[in-house]
Amino acid sequence: MNTVNDRSRELAPFVPSPDDDMLICRCEEITKGEIRKAVHEGMWTMTEIRRYLRTGMGLCQGQTCAKLVKAIVARELGVSPAELEPATSRAPMRPIEMRIFANEANEAKEGQDDE
Amino acid sequence: MKRYDLIIVGAGPAGLSAAVEAARRGLAVVVFDENEKPGGQLFKQIHKFFGSKEHRAKIRGFNIGAQLLDEADKAGVEVRLNATVIGLYQDKEIVVKTGEKICHYKGDAVLIATGAAENMVTFPGWTLPGVIGAGAAQTMMNLHGVRPGKRVLMLGSGNVGLVVSFQLLQCGCEVVALVDAAPRVGGYGVHASKVARTGVPFYLSHTIVAAEGEECVTGVTIAEVDSNFAFITGTEKHFDVDTICLAVGLSPMSQLLKMAGCQMEDNPKRGGQTPICDALGMTSVAGIFAAGDVSGIEEASSAMIEGRMAGIAVAHYLGYMDLQERDRELSALNGALDGLRQGMFAPKNRGQVIEKTEEGIAVSASLLKKGFVADDEIERFPGVTHRTGVHPVIECTQNIPCNPCQDTCPKRCISIGSNITSLPIAVADADCINCGMCVASCSGQAIFLVDEDCGDGTATVTIPYEFLPLPAEGTMGVALGRDGKRVCEAAVVSVKSAKAYDKTHLLTMRVPKAFAMKARFFRCEEA
Repeated sequence: MNTVNDRSRELAPFVPSPDDDMLICRCEEITKGEIRKAVHEGMWTMTEIRRYLRTGMGLCQGQTCAKLVKAIVARELGVSPAELEPATSRAPMRPIEMRIFANEANEAKEGQDDE
Repeated sequence: MKRYDLIIVGAGPAGLSAAVEAARRGLAVVVFDENEKPGGQLFKQIHKFFGSKEHRAKIRGFNIGAQLLDEADKAGVEVRLNATVIGLYQDKEIVVKTGEKICHYKGDAVLIATGAAENMVTFPGWTLPGVIGAGAAQTMMNLHGVRPGKRVLMLGSGNVGLVVSFQLLQCGCEVVALVDAAPRVGGYGVHASKVARTGVPFYLSHTIVAAEGEECVTGVTIAEVDSNFAFITGTEKHFDVDTICLAVGLSPMSQLLKMAGCQMEDNPKRGGQTPICDALGMTSVAGIFAAGDVSGIEEASSAMIEGRMAGIAVAHYLGYMDLQERDRELSALNGALDGLRQGMFAPKNRGQVIEKTEEGIAVSASLLKKGFVADDEIERFPGVTHRTGVHPVIECTQNIPCNPCQDTCPKRCISIGSNITSLPIAVADADCINCGMCVASCSGQAIFLVDEDCGDGTATVTIPYEFLPLPAEGTMGVALGRDGKRVCEAAVVSVKSAKAYDKTHLLTMRVPKAFAMKARFFRCEEA
């Protein structure tokens, strides 16, 4: 059975590590220590971590750090990274300016595509 | 909203191959790619591909890309570039950003062929400018003509790390070390050997301790790791470098499939989050297909076949082809794909330690540890024989699916047989005419033409040479051994370039005959 979200499980106490100040999510400047602490503060899923810390929410949309964050969270939880469900994928899949994103409305208005 | 029979996301080897197959059967096909140039990784790959004729072997990657684009054009495929797909919604509707516009398209079928993204590793200093992915280095060199740095350390001994190291050397960088935390070289031995013989040292069971520098990388320290990947104190080695290149694997860019609700799995063997597909590449959502690295990390040759299979599967799915025709076409492609998935590096052998070749010969331990076959190991392989006069010496020591050497020799001096992964054999009674085709055709640059005794105490060795500027005839320099260390003085006898050699030049050097079986690279320098 998947024990990842068994919240009755006790995690070992948070122990500071010498590399806690290493940047992991460079877009949002989140360190390894912040991610590790977040797990001990109860953020056990990738989605929770993402909402709590904004890891993977920056310019590269987690292209660089998603796997790294997952590995850190998994290690802290004492599970294999493959057991952790990845964060939700949703549009826009790539960073996009809101003023361009909003152009969607114009397409409907013109009733034609980009030809 | 415009409708297409088939919408393909990603104009790389898989996407373009699928587009060609589908469009040839009458489907209206559009391919979207977020990049400004099509071809995915193909146009960055300047080395000759492995495989057999059906896999477009011995053709350079960017030429394969050009062939595919030409085929797509002739088949009537619409390729839209700078077009970023930002979402895949219900009923196979996609949203595309082109310039400042957002447009919706609907496909009766959708093929996701978005490929993969590079993995990163962390170490103190990993965010310094100068730490780059191997793919980024390839993009800089081969698409934009920019040299990534002057002195480079490469982390990762898989095929990407090895191939990009060679390209860095070709573009004039000094590669100070090739480092891998694993205890054995991960990529093809022939790729490792062509890097090692230029003098690049390999550090297996080593990884990066830290990158140094304030504003950018100025140095790097590596250290040996034990079997638990923990650093062993006292083994630190420092290098002055301005660039650290990371080639530590790829992860499928499968987010669009996940968004569309396709059933996914986290499969480390496939490189991460991948869709669960049937044999034809269809995901759990009817009409949504996946092909290439997005469905499991492999390489461009298999991505092209997977793409073609998906294109045919879509054609049948939408009623452009009957079942019999589909299965006929697919069985041929299955055979080709199966051929690529054989040998020591087959997906099924991943992570296994192989000690003997299919022929029962002990594999070279030095090759896996140091990147080159040791002088006292090379003689046991069937491509290495001795005879009077010029003859091919084939230093191909691992079972990989590749056989252009056997077809290219007009005198049938080289034999692999029907099993594509067999080691090439130097045929005893065939007469080599010194045409050089074998040297140029070997994608692994592992064939040499050797005349072990010219009668005057010297020997000649012809090597594949892909560095510019080409040394002139008569140039004096040094011959390097397989280990990249100086073995003797050498003089350039000739440098042959021919169209049929496809930019692999044949450099013939004269060395004292005692070194005929040792000298394997030439360096122009004061002897």
